[in-house]
Amino acid sequence: MDNVMKMEFSALAENESFARGAAAAFVMALDPTVEELTEIKTAVSEAVSNSIIHGYRDRKDRSGARVIMECSIFAGGKVVIRVEDSGVGIEDVEKAMEPLFTTGDSEERSGMGFTVMESFMDRLKVISEKGKGTVVIMTKYLDTASGI
Amino acid sequence: MEVIFKASGQTLVAAVKGDIDHHTASTLRAETDESMKNFGCLNLVMDFSEVAFMDSSGIGVVLGRYKRLVRKGGRICVSGCSSYIEKVLDMAGVFSLVEKASDVKEALSLLDGQEQISMEV
Repeated sequence: MDNVMKMEFSALAENESFARGAAAAFVMALDPTVEELTEIKTAVSEAVSNSIIHGYRDRKDRSGARVIMECSIFAGGKVVIRVEDSGVGIEDVEKAMEPLFTTGDSEERSGMGFTVMESFMDRLKVISEKGKGTVVIMTKYLDTASGI
Repeated sequence: MEVIFKASGQTLVAAVKGDIDHHTASTLRAETDESMKNFGCLNLVMDFSEVAFMDSSGIGVVLGRYKRLVRKGGRICVSGCSSYIEKVLDMAGVFSLVEKASDVKEALSLLDGQEQISMEV
């Protein structure tokens, strides 16, 4: 059985925990391990934070700036999570994905967001263009014996 | 997320409880720096034994404190990491700069011990 959930929320930092909580609750149907669930939550948190911190960095109207998250679960334990924003986009995706790379603003950024997503998920795809927003697609195969 | 601060000699212990993400990291950062100043502490122990969730924002907080402390000749130790938190911090090589202890007690003796060594030198 395939199952899809899609939600849209304002690009506010306080929505980060809501977004990862919602993704985790939806994935629960696949009966993931605690470790798998934590990994998914962390990857979602990175992707959503990126949209909020970087994607909409020039936006004053935060409630109007929106992040869209779509989660799909498939029989056999495949999880696909898509996080999309309509923000500033990434000029050089390859460079942005390098460990420790950060645009270097005043706050303490680790530059590890994409590395964490890559480590905790099985596949990561980043589609972006300057001025045209960013889409992050993450896939994880759960180690489910039973499946759904 | 909440933080309980306790000073032990020259060392401040920051016991963090809850989730560390981009949203809560700024509070954790500000409160820790403020407490370091108020307690007049040189060293810092960040105890994560009650932390349920941490993303790469936690790396930023730990490395940021490390940079500040090192400039003043202080030391930093992270304690009580679950294997998951350790994995996140390790991705950025945090433990090549920051010491690691299983609990606060071990962290305090680690920092004390090193102070004595540096005094002997």
